[in-house]
Amino acid sequence: MNIVAALLSGLVFGAGLILSGMTDPGKVIGFLDLAGRWDPSLAFVMGGAILVGVFAFALARRRGRAFLGGAMHLPQRRDIDARLVAGSVVFGIGWGLAGFCPGPALVSFGSGVDQAAVFVAAMLGGMVLYHAAERLLSRPR
Amino acid sequence: MTIDWSHFTPWSSLAGGMLIGLAAAMLVLLNGRVAGVSGIVGGLLVPRAGDIGWRLAFVGGLLVAPAAMAFYSVSPRIEAGFGTLALAGLLVGAGTSYGSGCTSGHGVCGLSRLSPRSLVATAAFMAAGIATVLVTRHFL
Repeated sequence: MNIVAALLSGLVFGAGLILSGMTDPGKVIGFLDLAGRWDPSLAFVMGGAILVGVFAFALARRRGRAFLGGAMHLPQRRDIDARLVAGSVVFGIGWGLAGFCPGPALVSFGSGVDQAAVFVAAMLGGMVLYHAAERLLSRPR
Repeated sequence: MTIDWSHFTPWSSLAGGMLIGLAAAMLVLLNGRVAGVSGIVGGLLVPRAGDIGWRLAFVGGLLVAPAAMAFYSVSPRIEAGFGTLALAGLLVGAGTSYGSGCTSGHGVCGLSRLSPRSLVATAAFMAAGIATVLVTRHFL
């Protein structure tokens, strides 16, 4: 059941990304381009998602377990460190360069867009490189 | 600042956003998991037993979404060339791993949880994205 629920969630998530316009990099860059002709649409995407999400996460927080019986895995950290900010800045630069973030890139890859395939391959490469670097640096010397 | 009225889509973007919120609600209430795409994919690259199936299923759902939405076709405007796309992908992969999240994990789920970490992360990647577009569109 967990697998079916996750598949459906991914499907609805992807449908939302398509309907909202997030899978169009031109729209994303239009939102980030405050100095040009600004397209405010993405504020409505975030607003709509949070409008629904805020109730779901409030309910999730009050429940000890998920409705399908598994444990509730909610992030517990509250500290703000340099990694969080530096990583987010690096992500933001990549986002602004191409107009793709991970979700819309995967959906566009699913619709057979060549450019998204290149982006997704590089993104997976970036994740692998990060994990390799972290393992190397945390190795006791 | 001028508004790009020709591309502004408040209603479909709001409706799409609510679908994204619904999907995040399903995943957290049914599976007890946060719908953060970079985190879900990242967990597949360092797989742990019993923690793979739901991740694959969610990513599978994302990949088949275009087929299910075939009636609603949008032609993406992609200006970046393949070199830029590869560089951008590397930065997005490494940055989201280092910063523990992306637009979905921090931006949607984190802000919905009223997490101060996610608020800082979202402000940081928004500011970096805006600065990047300012440079690439107006100074280069």
